[in-house]
Amino acid sequence: MKNDFRARDHPAYWAFIAHRASGLLLALFLPFHFWALGQALHGAEALDGFLRWTEYPLVKFAETGLVLLLAAHMTGGVRLLMLEFLAWRDWQQNLLAIAAGASLVAGLAFALNVI
Amino acid sequence: MNIRAQVLLWTAQRISAAVLALCVLVHLVTMIYAVKHGLSAAEVLGRTRGNPGWAAFYALFVAAIAVHAPIGLRTILSEMLRWRGAALDLLVLAAGIALALWGWRAVWGVFV
Amino acid sequence: MRSENSRTLSVRVWRGRESGGFRIYEVPRLESQTVLDVVTYIQRSLDQTLSYRFACRVGVCGSCAMTVNGKARWTCRTHVAGVAQGDQIEIAPLANLPVIKDLVTDMSRFFDKWAQAKGQFYGTRTRADDFARVSPDSPQRQAIDAAIECIGCGVCYSSCDVVTWNSAYLGPAALNRAWTLVNDVRDTARVARLAAVAGDAGCHACHTHLSCTERCPKNLVPTASIAGLKRAVAAAALKGGI
Repeated sequence: MKNDFRARDHPAYWAFIAHRASGLLLALFLPFHFWALGQALHGAEALDGFLRWTEYPLVKFAETGLVLLLAAHMTGGVRLLMLEFLAWRDWQQNLLAIAAGASLVAGLAFALNVI
Repeated sequence: MNIRAQVLLWTAQRISAAVLALCVLVHLVTMIYAVKHGLSAAEVLGRTRGNPGWAAFYALFVAAIAVHAPIGLRTILSEMLRWRGAALDLLVLAAGIALALWGWRAVWGVFV
Repeated sequence: MRSENSRTLSVRVWRGRESGGFRIYEVPRLESQTVLDVVTYIQRSLDQTLSYRFACRVGVCGSCAMTVNGKARWTCRTHVAGVAQGDQIEIAPLANLPVIKDLVTDMSRFFDKWAQAKGQFYGTRTRADDFARVSPDSPQRQAIDAAIECIGCGVCYSSCDVVTWNSAYLGPAALNRAWTLVNDVRDTARVARLAAVAGDAGCHACHTHLSCTERCPKNLVPTASIAGLKRAVAAAALKGGI
């Protein structure tokens, strides 16, 4: 028999979901990001043609989302590195809260500047 | 893939993660700076072009990504889709090479 | 107003093997009732064909582990009052294990993986040798003490999604036991054991979900043991031992 959501309903598991989902979405985004920046090879006008898209509110919203994903994946990853490489202590489980908080701060800082 | 190779893959994932933690921190700061100081091509390239220090930084960033992302994808694909074996390993290796080449191309375009 | 004694529990119980279904039984609700009490009542008074395991009934043996409202627990140590949703409970066999019948699972694979992880002691001393001297304060002995109380009940293994997604994964209990032996200074199979617990089916497959730790009835932290194994294996690999 298999487990369902009831067995997964605890904070460390949500942290895992956030980490895996953000990693996957970032991995899918990166080829597009590299292609867009590679447009600079064709000159400033080619890059500008792409960068004009960033004026649209929906794109700004998506950018903020990406910054959140990146900050979440990084802070979650640092939490994992600490859990794996430092001698285990109970307070480390609370790193989860710190990670979530830090990533939100990063996202907010970006959003406030982009609006 | 033998046990030693699997262990080395995991180790590479963790080392690249540590490198990326630093790179991402810097990147988040630079992105907030960039958003404040102008995002047109002229403004961006004005800051980045002819800058060997930043070029080296972002080249390292790309290399770390090219190691880290494919190993992560390998885990996700093997667990969620139950893929195992050489086909999966070759696919993620190809993804890593593609990310590295595309990424370094972008670094060249933006910083050189 | 109904008194405590006239309340009934509506209990969904898994009947069958891998395929089957939940059957509903009405069970008198009593004070301080445990889930094992409920299962026992059903088998003795309502349906003698129900199959389930138990032994000590007092939280020492781990035999009565089942899935209660979606979470793996020792049913003798689970009060109905603590888990009932209104007057409803759902009881199923442990997950990640083949179902023999109803609430009974086949734990062979669980113990096979224990052996695969080299979860047994290998020593070379004989009666002619002096006692091994192990300080209880040493960091290794403290690491062992934190993990040694495992009785192999299977709750952690049943709760682990990596076990579900990766059929070869050794699982938290086997790896936790291997960690206690890796730290045993008398053991002579350290390198072979580190090789046995390494790789895609070993400690490196743990993603720190912490479901094992969340559910362990003895409050052990298999995740910490597995993290220790990751460090030990990395060190051994760098030295060329793996």
